[in-house]
Amino acid sequence: MAKRQKVLVLYLKFPSLEAEVISWATFDGTGKKLHMTGDTDTPPYPTGLDALLDGWRLFQASQAIPEHPGEEFRTSYLKHEFFFEKLEEGDF
Amino acid sequence: MAEFASSGCLFFDELIDEQTNKEFLDDIGHTNIDEVDSVQDFYKNIKATSSIPRIPAGTPLKEAFPKNSPLDKIFKNEVVEGAITSLVGSNTIVDHQFLHITFPTKYFNQANQRQMSQANHQDSTIDPRSTFDVQLFYFPTEVTKEMGGTRYHPGTHLRIVNENAIAKYQNILGQKSIVCKPGTIGIFHSGLWHGAGVNFSENIRYMFKVRLQPTEKQELLWDPEKKYQPLPNRALFWTDETKDQTINDILMRSYPWQEADTNRLDKINVVKFWRLLTGHKKMDVDYWLTRIENELY
Repeated sequence: MAKRQKVLVLYLKFPSLEAEVISWATFDGTGKKLHMTGDTDTPPYPTGLDALLDGWRLFQASQAIPEHPGEEFRTSYLKHEFFFEKLEEGDF
Repeated sequence: MAEFASSGCLFFDELIDEQTNKEFLDDIGHTNIDEVDSVQDFYKNIKATSSIPRIPAGTPLKEAFPKNSPLDKIFKNEVVEGAITSLVGSNTIVDHQFLHITFPTKYFNQANQRQMSQANHQDSTIDPRSTFDVQLFYFPTEVTKEMGGTRYHPGTHLRIVNENAIAKYQNILGQKSIVCKPGTIGIFHSGLWHGAGVNFSENIRYMFKVRLQPTEKQELLWDPEKKYQPLPNRALFWTDETKDQTINDILMRSYPWQEADTNRLDKINVVKFWRLLTGHKKMDVDYWLTRIENELY
């Protein structure tokens, strides 16, 4: 049996796993499903905590980086990024 | 203009008449997918036979298209002309143009290729200017939901990102895809996040795009008599819900994808943008800037 990684990236409304999901991406290393940009309008989970409750393991979270002096009002990328994984066993 | 300042986009449904749409489609040799052998040959044929000219970057829009060609008629439509003048002025220049063609599933099956949507991106490179360009989209045919019309994210236009660096956001709450009747015109702020969808229909989807750049300050171009006056301050939080909605409600609209903290900065940036568009350098909405401009030391 081989192992493959599935990755779920959630962007949350504020930097706590209790916060609502505002953006998401899924990459399926088992090859069972091909995800792509714009493939669903509904988040896979309402909050980050709901992903944990469904067995996703958190392995990376974005840091809080103070705004650069003079650039406090500049807005850019989505801030509160959380990477989760699931490992799946099977014959791939 | 407030809608554009807030959302970064405007739409004019079925603006271009049926005859002009037909002329445009005839001019590019619109056909059905069974007649298409390869994407490259299809483009090559359009470039060889259509009236869409090669336009050197920086050419005034007024000199860009052959007289009486379908595109000349579209840009002379009074609503299109008025919108362009309001946003980028009457002496706007062409950055570039392109006829985007999205092929249906049948083509990818025949070519044995994976059919994928275009990732989210912001055109065309990191752009920290206060000046903005616009991208005008023309849809000569109907675009149904299954045709995967341009996906866009209202309210993202003032976020400064580096082009494809937002590709990792597969889906964003509140995302929209263009579904429209033939002859619809869309106008995007050049910073608006967007991408093409997958065409699951039986038909080819077209979208003709022109990016336009201003040559003058974009201050009250939409109000040549300079009559605009900002509204006075209103109560915050402990508010009077019986009051009618005003232009400030449009400017202060929140979008579902915004973070709780950065949403406030997004509002501040809309106020700053509105200051540039109106020329009222100290105007404010809901005290966002006045509060932090009250520096006494």
